[in-house]
Amino acid sequence: MPDKKWIPQPKRPRTPIPEQKPEERRRNFKEVALGYTAELAIQEAYRCLQCKNPLCVEGCPVGIDIPGFIRHIGEGRFEEAYYTLKKYNFLPAICGRVCPQESQCEKFCIMGKRFKPVAIGRLERFAADYFMESGKKEDFKIDPPSGKKVAIIGSGPAGLTCAGELAKKGHKVTIFEALHKPGGVLVYGIPEFRLPKRIVDIEVENLKKMGVEIKTSAIIGKLYTIDELLEEEGFDAVFIGTGAGLPYFMGIPGENLNGVYSANEFLTRVNLMRAYMFPEADTPVKIGEKVAVVGCGNTALDAARTALRLGAKETHIVYRRSKGEIPAREEEVQHAIEEGVQFNLLTNPIEIIGDENGWVKALKCIRTRCGEPDESGRRRPIPIEGSEFEFPVDTVIMAIGQGPNPLIQETQPDIEVKRWGIIKIDEEGRTSKKGVFAGGDIVTGGATVILAMGQGKKAAQAIDEYLKTGKWA
Amino acid sequence: MYLIKEIKEIAPKIKKMVLEAPLLAKKHKAGQFVMVINTEKGERIPLTIADKDPEKGEITLIFQEVGKSTIEMGLRKPGEYIYDVVGPLGRPTHIINYGNVVCIGGGVGTAPLYPITKKMKETGNYIITILGARNKDLFILEKEMESVSDEFYQTTDDGTKGRHGLVTDELQALIDSGKKIDLVLAIGPAIMMKFVSLLTKKYNIPTMVSLNSIMVDGTGMCGACRVSVGGVTKFVCVDGPEFDGHQVNFDELLKRQAMYKDMEEIALKKFLEELKKKEPCGGCHA
Ligand SMILES: Cc1cc2nc3c(=O)[nH]c(=O)nc-3n(C[C@H](O)[C@H](O)[C@H](O)COP(=O)(O)OP(=O)(O)OC[C@H]3O[C@@H](n4cnc5c(N)ncnc54)[C@H](O)[C@@H]3O)c2cc1C
Ligand SMILES: Cc1cc2nc3c(=O)[nH]c(=O)nc-3n(C[C@H](O)[C@H](O)[C@H](O)COP(=O)(O)OP(=O)(O)OC[C@H]3O[C@@H](n4cnc5c(N)ncnc54)[C@H](O)[C@@H]3O)c2cc1C
Ligand code: SF4
Ligand code: FES
Repeated sequence: MPDKKWIPQPKRPRTPIPEQKPEERRRNFKEVALGYTAELAIQEAYRCLQCKNPLCVEGCPVGIDIPGFIRHIGEGRFEEAYYTLKKYNFLPAICGRVCPQESQCEKFCIMGKRFKPVAIGRLERFAADYFMESGKKEDFKIDPPSGKKVAIIGSGPAGLTCAGELAKKGHKVTIFEALHKPGGVLVYGIPEFRLPKRIVDIEVENLKKMGVEIKTSAIIGKLYTIDELLEEEGFDAVFIGTGAGLPYFMGIPGENLNGVYSANEFLTRVNLMRAYMFPEADTPVKIGEKVAVVGCGNTALDAARTALRLGAKETHIVYRRSKGEIPAREEEVQHAIEEGVQFNLLTNPIEIIGDENGWVKALKCIRTRCGEPDESGRRRPIPIEGSEFEFPVDTVIMAIGQGPNPLIQETQPDIEVKRWGIIKIDEEGRTSKKGVFAGGDIVTGGATVILAMGQGKKAAQAIDEYLKTGKWA
Repeated sequence: MYLIKEIKEIAPKIKKMVLEAPLLAKKHKAGQFVMVINTEKGERIPLTIADKDPEKGEITLIFQEVGKSTIEMGLRKPGEYIYDVVGPLGRPTHIINYGNVVCIGGGVGTAPLYPITKKMKETGNYIITILGARNKDLFILEKEMESVSDEFYQTTDDGTKGRHGLVTDELQALIDSGKKIDLVLAIGPAIMMKFVSLLTKKYNIPTMVSLNSIMVDGTGMCGACRVSVGGVTKFVCVDGPEFDGHQVNFDELLKRQAMYKDMEEIALKKFLEELKKKEPCGGCHA
């Protein structure tokens, strides 16, 4: 393609993204960031140096041609930018919103050495939104039917990506999803104000247009076992993308008191079951005046910000490590602070105290300090003796992580698992059972959307190979 | 969407609903349940599959009208559709030849008890059934239960049928009679299961109960259904619904069941008011 002259403008400041004002958004569920306009996107694209050896690409788990799509934006060829993205990333509108860019592509961007990195994520989101809003039909290039059938278990980012890749190759794909809506964490976990459900719906519709069949309310391990899928239902291969949906609790006294939620329950009631509309929608959610959320990952921040939006007077994050160790995306921490979420760092809950009716009335905590790094490489929190204190709260939300749902492993003991029920796979995504592949949080434990997608895509290649050759080695 | 084939009241405020669900009818095992979503904006509520007909491809649900969701479901008509049904969920009952099994059903708990008792009988157990209700009109599945029982007893709070008293009184009488009991299976309100378990514990009789905790997804993802069993937290939807009654912390279960009481009242009140506006006779439920 003949290039227009690219004039980098490195000294120009990073283009801010228009956002809803914190005072307004802290009480509504509308999206926080409004996204770049075409002018703003072009302006930001011009900051890119179009490096010959783009370090940003190395930081991207799926190796998107970043300078390529940014150039297209800079040249005003937005549709092309979208297709460039789509070559590598099946869900750009989603990744542009939820990927932790600051620790991936943007972390390595050369511009970041002297100035601020190029806003790669915002540009990705712009290109994807632009295409969606243009009303253009997506051009799906689909190979002729292969006559092979693949079952995908779970419709999170791993399953959706794997399904899309396989459908492109002409295979007949059926997704089985346990819940009544497809999307996995994207619909039941991540709130509307970060990821509008409309966007997930569009991606799911796209898959259907590619011929993918989606069976919701279909739990594998209960309705069918994997053996039944392979032997009776005529599937030639199976991909397990069941995610990490089993909420962990701390094992401290009082965790089963009324008013204690897992983040999954709390977010599912609000997002999937629309409890924010209660009693218009039937599912209730209880939110007190003072809420404590334990943990500081994306899940914890989502729960804290949701609690505010439901009307909590005060919402506190309680986290046992220090600022440097916060696992959530930087942007979300910033947003949460602006909205008024209070951060109690170096603080660890040791007990939940209830009243005589079995309701939470206080959280008992101990202060911690940072010790030597532990096996995770993060500094170990050490309790400071005698620093215990109580603070009165009426809702506690546990957001300390989640593990694999054990349903499949229980009914299919010939699939080898590692510690905590994580499914064992090789580099290609193969499990220990012939014809069965896996990827996403079920093999990594709670991770990220883009990693789950990367694994879904990789497994799709291996599945395609297997379907063509029948070789399993 | 699941077609309603039949719906009828089998006792005051207890309805039986037959749904077209061929796959569920085929896959269901005794002791398992489904999550039902009545309308698009509905809650996911757990209900046991009380009976099934794999040939016709039908399942039967029996439910008590206690709040908005179940009352609204009770107003549905044959030919209409239920928005969604998910299952079969939970672990099937562990059914072997135990010997003498006492099956205790309280109120609508008899619905989940029936398929298990039937299977227990087929497996060669000697079945002694005790059904309890507040008064004689509130029994369900009496004939069905009697037909799979070797001995059959009933108790009512007001003495209008069977023994005047509680199921635990009948159970005590059985124990006192010196009858050998190898297993007690109790399904009913949590408070009933609590007192049955307290009684059998005294005599060291193994006791199985089926817990009705509040649920959201029913697949082990949310943790809403958690209960303490033997001091360890368990998820009723995936680890249960049946547990060793001697290990269950019933007081915790009872408290957790009441967690949304005030909100449920709001929802119900609003629903009944809207209903009255639509059809004045909807007041029968108020
Ligand atoms: C609240 C929250 C916020 C997050 N925020 C971010 C973020 O900002 N950025 C980011 O990159 N990552 C984020 N994550 C992590 C990210 O969402 C996950 O890493 C990702 O969704 C994993 O994708 P997956 O496809 O492996 O599984 P999931 O998204 O978990 O999907 C698995 C699906 O499988 C279904 N399933 C499970 N068992 C069965 C079965 N037996 N039969 C049929 N279906 C089954 C489940 O119902 C579910 O729909 C967040 C996670 C949470 C919980
Ligand atoms: C495994 C299992 C099997 C069950 N089987 C049956 C059955 O066969 N027949 C039957 O009549 N009932 C059964 N139940 C109970 C039934 O789910 C509740 O009666 C129903 O959800 C009440 O909904 P509602 O909106 O009408 O009442 P609400 O007004 O919402 O609540 C009234 C009371 O019902 C209970 N309840 C409310 N929501 C739930 C929920 N999501 N899950 C469990 N309990 C809840 C609470 O104790 C509450 O106080 C079962 C429960 C479980 C857990
Ligand atoms: S490293 Fe930064 S400047 Fe270089 S190509 Fe990537 S985004 Fe552009
Ligand atoms: S109902 Fe959600 S984990 Fe059991």
